[in-house]
This record gives sequence, C-alpha cells and structure tokens, in this order.
Amino acid sequence: MIGALNSSHILYLLHGALWTIGLSLIAFLGGGAFGLVVALCRISPIRLVRVLTASYVQLIQGTPLLVILFMTFFGLPALGLNIAPLTAAAVSLTAFVAAYLGEIWRGCIESVARPQWEAAECLALTKIQRMRLVILPQAIRIATPPTVGFMVQIIKNTSLASVVGMLELTRSGQIINNSVFEPFLVYSIIAAVYFSMCYPISRWSQRLERQRSAVVLQSVPSSLT
Amino acid sequence: MKHVVNQNAEAVVVLRNVHKSFGPHKVLDGVNLKVRRGQVTTIIGRSGSGKSTALRCIDHLEKVDSGEIEVCGRRVDDPNVDLKALRLDLGIVFQSYNLFPHLTVEENIMLAPCAAKGLDKTRARDLASEVLASVGLADKSNAYPEQLSGGQQQRVAIARSLAMQPQVMLFDEVTSALDPELTGEVLRVIEELAAGGMTMVIVTHEMAFARRVSDQIVFMHSGRVWEEGGADILENPQTSELKQFVRSAP
Repeated sequence: MIGALNSSHILYLLHGALWTIGLSLIAFLGGGAFGLVVALCRISPIRLVRVLTASYVQLIQGTPLLVILFMTFFGLPALGLNIAPLTAAAVSLTAFVAAYLGEIWRGCIESVARPQWEAAECLALTKIQRMRLVILPQAIRIATPPTVGFMVQIIKNTSLASVVGMLELTRSGQIINNSVFEPFLVYSIIAAVYFSMCYPISRWSQRLERQRSAVVLQSVPSSLT
Repeated sequence: MKHVVNQNAEAVVVLRNVHKSFGPHKVLDGVNLKVRRGQVTTIIGRSGSGKSTALRCIDHLEKVDSGEIEVCGRRVDDPNVDLKALRLDLGIVFQSYNLFPHLTVEENIMLAPCAAKGLDKTRARDLASEVLASVGLADKSNAYPEQLSGGQQQRVAIARSLAMQPQVMLFDEVTSALDPELTGEVLRVIEELAAGGMTMVIVTHEMAFARRVSDQIVFMHSGRVWEEGGADILENPQTSELKQFVRSAP
C-alpha cells in the first residue's frame, strides 16, 4: 500500500466537510435572499418584472448547475474577470438556489387563500402591510417543510464545486484518494459524511410536513368536513 | 324593540343602475339601492341572484361595469377612488370568517387599527377587549382562531371589523357556514348592533332574522332589485317570484 488511510486524512476530510457546510450556508443565505426577491417579482403587478424573473427562473432551471459553474469559473476570466473557486461556487450556487427557492416560495405565497388577501384589503391595510403582516407569515409556515427539504439538494449540489477546484468534501476525497488509492473506501466515507448531513435535515423536513398537515386538518371548519 | 330610523337621514350607500358581468354571465342588471344612516337593509334572494356580488361591489372587491356606487359621499366607481378611505368607512364580514390563522384573537383585532390607523398597542389592546366583550368573547383574546367554534370565529370577525369603527357594516351570508345552534349566537350579535343604530347591509338566507332586524328588505332576482320595502313585503309579496321565494324559504 502506498499509504493507508490515517487520522490526518480523516482530518483533511473533515476540513473539506466544513467547507461543504460553509458553502451550503452561503448558497442558502444568498440564494434565500435573492429567492425572496425572485418570489416577490414573480407576483409583481408589473408585467415586465414578472416576465423577466420568469425568464431567469426558466434559464437557470433549464441549465445544468455544472455548466453554470463552468461559465462563472472559466467563462468570466475569459472576459477579463478573474474569479476565485470559492467566489465562482458561491455565485453559481446562489443563482441556482435563488431560482428554485423563488419558485417554491412563489407557490407558497400564492397558496395562501385568496380570502385572506381580501380580508386584509377590506381592513384598509396597504399592499405592503397585507404582504408583510398577513400573507408572508402564513406563507412562511407553508414554505418551511419544502425549504428545509431543498437544503438537502443544496448540500448535495455543493459537491459540483469540486470541479472548479473548490476544496470541499468531494474534492478533499479526490485528493486523498490520489494518495492512498482506495477509491471504494474513500468515496464510501464521503458518501457517509454527506448522508449524515442530509438525513437529519430530510427527517426534519418530513416532521415539519406532518405537523403542518395536522394543523391544516384541525383548522378545517366542522361544517365542511 | 326596534329603534326608529329617521326616513330623512342622509343616504350613506347608494347604488344607481349598477351593471356587472362575469364573462358572458350578467350578474347585476341595473341595481338601484339606497341605504340611510342608521338603517338596517337586508338583501334576500336565491343563490345566483346577485346579492353577494352587489355587496362586494360596494366594498370595491368587484369593479362595476357601469353605473354609480356612492359610499359616505365617495364615488366607489371612480377609477381614482381612495380605497383606503373607503375601507375605513366600511366594515365587511364574510361567510368564511377569514380570520388570520397565524394571529391570536386579540392580534387579529389589533392588527388593522395599529397598521391602518396608527393606534398605539395599548389603546388597540383596550379597543380589542372592548369589542370582544361586545360580542361576548372577552375570555378568548389569547386563543387562536382554530381553537374556536365557527360561531365564535364569526363573532371575532365581527369584532375585528367593529374595532375599525366603520360607518357602515356589510355582512355577506355570515351564517351560511354555521350549524343552526351557532347561527343564533352570531345573529344575536348583529341584532344588538342594529339596536345600537349601526348602519348595515346584510345579505342573508335567514328569513326570520330578516323580518326581525330589517328597516328595509330588498329582494333580488336575476341581477335586479325585484321588490323592496319594509318587513311587510314578505307578508304581502307583489311579484310571483317573491311569493315563491317566501313560500320556499319561510
């Protein structure tokens, strides 16, 4: 054996895992902030704004994340804009997450029952107040389970950043494998680490979903059951 | 005991020749209506006769195709109508209560006075307990809507509207989703409001209630005001449509 897996390799992997978590957080926070803008623009009363954001969403959803990464990391320097792997990964993932979360959240905002909008309107609230005080708080409840579920997608998709040289979990694994040459073992460990990050979040999302449907069932007026 | 309405009081809600269609379907076909201050007007009629649509047009939830609507001297059909001012004058209660499920009863009531009228929290809370007491739910201020019965939710919805101190209250089939025993508690609250001199326009299917509470009964049919008058129009209907309606809905 060239070099058996030892504790320094494991530390190296954990270091990579931390970057995976870090990159996921950046993608979630950045993508979340822009995603909210996307969601609100998608329901804007101005047609042009709606069309432009819809095109953005379609463009991102119709393009592989890997290609978006290549465009930012290799494409932008060709245009004279040099960009570090971390920046390229952060920008690409943010754009990606914003498109998906924006669509998820738009659906959640629109699924708040129409009469709620009317009730708020008839109480003389302005459009912004209606959105902020009545609609968004309810939409957030609806949005929580699918948003938490989408965090799993974010974590898994950060692995693509390895191809632009971002030293996250997958890339650390590749490097270690190049020295110990035990691909099955190394990649199994990596898979296990991803799983240990994603599985609890996935379960959390399922639990939120169950709690929500319990609440929905409770709140149906008795005359309608 | 019914209070006496001054028949010369100012008209606070006026509809003149109001037309409204949904696609090819004509819902309002020249509606005329006048509601004076302090008067209780009930609109009765079959489903699809346009009564709810007429009410929703008054609150600008639907835009009229033609005709005039005036609320407290303000033209609702004017494209530049000040909607906020209109909604400060009008309160509306819906069939499906439409309480905000994420807020407690008290917060439901405090929301609009704070947000739309700029009331401070302390005064809004006092106001909330006052209106809650008036609908008999003083002990429910910290409950969430889903913890209340339908009748209680509807009373909270009435209280929420009252807290805005509107000039006119609109009621859109507010007991239609309720069991008979819960209907009574909601109707009693409305009757108390009537006795207090609140101007109200009530769309309802409860004929006995309409007889008791109304200063003016409006029977709508095919998108028009078919007959109108005091409670006596139910005893002496002039048209065959109202005769049939009274027979089928005693």
